[in-house]
Amino acid sequence: MENQDIVVLDADLSRSTMTHFFARELPERFFECGIAEQNMISIAAGLAASGKIPFASTFAVFAPGRCFDQIRMSIAQPQLNVKIVATHGGITVGEDGSSHQSVEDLALICSLPGFTVIVPADAIETAQAVEAAVTTHGPFYIRLCRPKSQLIYNEDYRFKLGKAVTLKKGKDVTIIAIGLMVKEALEAAQNLQGEGIDCRVLNMPTLKPLDQAAIIKATETGAIVTAEEHLEHGGLGSMVARVVVQNQPVPMEMVSLKDSYAKSGKPAELLERYGLTARNIEKAVKSAIKRK
Amino acid sequence: MSSPKKCNLPSTSADSVEAEVFSLSASPAELKAAAKKLRRHIVAMTGKAGSGHPGGSLSAVEIVTTLYFKMMRHKPHDPQWPDRDRFILSKGHAAPLLYATLAECGYLPVSELLTLRQMDSFLQGHTDCTITPGVEMSAGALGQGLSFALGVALAGRLNKQDYRIYALLGDGECDEGQVWEAAMASAHFKADNLVAIVDNNGQQIDGWNRDVMNLEPFPAKWQAFGWQVIEVDGHSIPQLTQAFKKAKQIKGQPTVIIAHTVKGKGVSFMENNPDFHGAAPNAIELDLALKELE
Repeated sequence: MENQDIVVLDADLSRSTMTHFFARELPERFFECGIAEQNMISIAAGLAASGKIPFASTFAVFAPGRCFDQIRMSIAQPQLNVKIVATHGGITVGEDGSSHQSVEDLALICSLPGFTVIVPADAIETAQAVEAAVTTHGPFYIRLCRPKSQLIYNEDYRFKLGKAVTLKKGKDVTIIAIGLMVKEALEAAQNLQGEGIDCRVLNMPTLKPLDQAAIIKATETGAIVTAEEHLEHGGLGSMVARVVVQNQPVPMEMVSLKDSYAKSGKPAELLERYGLTARNIEKAVKSAIKRK
Repeated sequence: MSSPKKCNLPSTSADSVEAEVFSLSASPAELKAAAKKLRRHIVAMTGKAGSGHPGGSLSAVEIVTTLYFKMMRHKPHDPQWPDRDRFILSKGHAAPLLYATLAECGYLPVSELLTLRQMDSFLQGHTDCTITPGVEMSAGALGQGLSFALGVALAGRLNKQDYRIYALLGDGECDEGQVWEAAMASAHFKADNLVAIVDNNGQQIDGWNRDVMNLEPFPAKWQAFGWQVIEVDGHSIPQLTQAFKKAKQIKGQPTVIIAHTVKGKGVSFMENNPDFHGAAPNAIELDLALKELE
C-alpha cells in the first residue's frame, strides 16, 4: 500500500466484503471489530481524528442502518475522514432475504451533511472511486453490490468525482442509472433505438454531490427516467427530481423499488419480480415520452 | 489529515511564541482552588444560559481538574499538538465543565464562558469539536466516546506515539450497549494507553440508576470484560492522582477508574437532586450557589 495512513476495519464479514485480502497483507493495519458495527464506526472516527484514513466495511444494510447515529455524530458532524465501504447493496443480495437487502441506505446516508456518496457501476469504476476517497478529505460512502457484474468501462475510463458520465448520446429522453442498473439502462436504450427512440444514457456514480449541471442539461431531451436498486423514496429518482423541479420541470419516471421489502430469491428473479430490468426501463421511457 | 478547526475565537495563542506544555506543578491547594473556580463557572454559565447540565458537570469537577491540571501532557496554545494526551468527554452534557476547564487552562478566553448555548457562541450546548479548541470529539449522543477513544488509542499505537487517552463516561451512559461493545474491544486490543473514568454519581435523568436501570454489579462487569478496575472517591484529588498513576503502570489491558461521586457536588441544594441533571439554576438559586462556592 502506498498510503501508510490507510487502515481497514470490518465487523466479522471480512470474507464477504473481501477486506480479508487487506488483512492478510497488512495485518497490523486491519482491525477486526467483531459483530459490533456501532463500535466499529466510532473506532473509525477516533482513528480518523488521529490522522488515519480508515476504511470501515460491512453490508450496506448495517451501515448506515445499524449505526446511523454513530455515523451522524462521530463522522458527519465533525466531517471526519472516514470511508465507509458498504457491500451487498440493494436486493441482489438475493437468497438471504429482506434482512440483508439494503433498500434504504442511500436515502439515509445522503441525508447526512457533507457526505460524499458513490455508487460505482463496475469494478473499474469501483477501484477509481476508492482512490478518489483516499485523496479527497472528508466522509465517504461507497455502495457496492454482491453479484458478479459485467464491465461497463474499459481501462481508459477516468472517474471524476461529482460528474455524470454520458454513456450514450440521445435526444428523445435521458435515462439516468446507477450501479447494476447501468447495464439494464444501456440494454433498454439499444432496444428502444430499434423502435426509433433515441435515448441518452447517463451513469451517475456520484449521488452526492449530485451533478446538477448534467441533470439540467438532460432536461433538454424533454423527459427523464431514473433507474436504481433502491426504494423510490430518497433514492436517485427523488434526488434527480429535486433538481429537475427546481430548474426545468419535465416528465419523469422512476424505475425503483416501490414502498415495500423484497423476498428471498435469485438476483435475476428478484430484479424481474420487483421491476428492475431493461424491459421495465423501456416501459418507463415510453410512458415518460408520452407525457412530454 | 485531521479535521480542520474552524474556530475564529480571539486567539489566546501568540504565533510567534513557541507553544508550551501546560505546567503540571500545581500544589494540592492550587488544585482545590481550581476545582472551586470550575464549580463557580459551571453554575454561572448554566445560570446565565438558563439551561444546561450543572449536576453531572459538578460531579466530575475533581476528575477533570486532576487530569488537566496535574496528569495530562497538553499545550493549551497548540490544541492539535500531535503528542498531547487526549481527554475524550463521552458524557457530552458535561460540556460546561470542559469549557470552564479549557478556559482556565488558556485554550479559550474565560470571558467566552458566559456565552454558553447562545446564538453564534463557540460553546455549544453539547461539545462540538469543529468549533471549540481543545474539544476532541463532538458528543451528546451517549455511548460513543469509549469507542472513539479506542480508535484514538489504536492510532497512537500504530504511530508509535506515547500519548494517553482518558475517556470520561457517565454511569447512566453505561446503559448504552455500545459502551460494552467498546469495553470488550478495548480489552481485546489490549489498549493499555486507554483509561476510562466513570463519573459514578448514581443518578440519571429519570432518577437513581438502580431504579431506572440497575448497573450492578458494576465493577465486576468491567472486570469480566477484561479491564483493570480501580475504585476511588471521585472528589478526592489525591485518590484520583494515585489511580491515574497506577493506570500508567498497567500493561496489556485498559483501566477503568470508577469514581464515586455526588451529583451536583458543592452546591447543597443541587447535591443528589436529579432536578439539576438538565436544568439550570434560576437567579436566586445562582446567587445561593455562588455564595456556597465562595
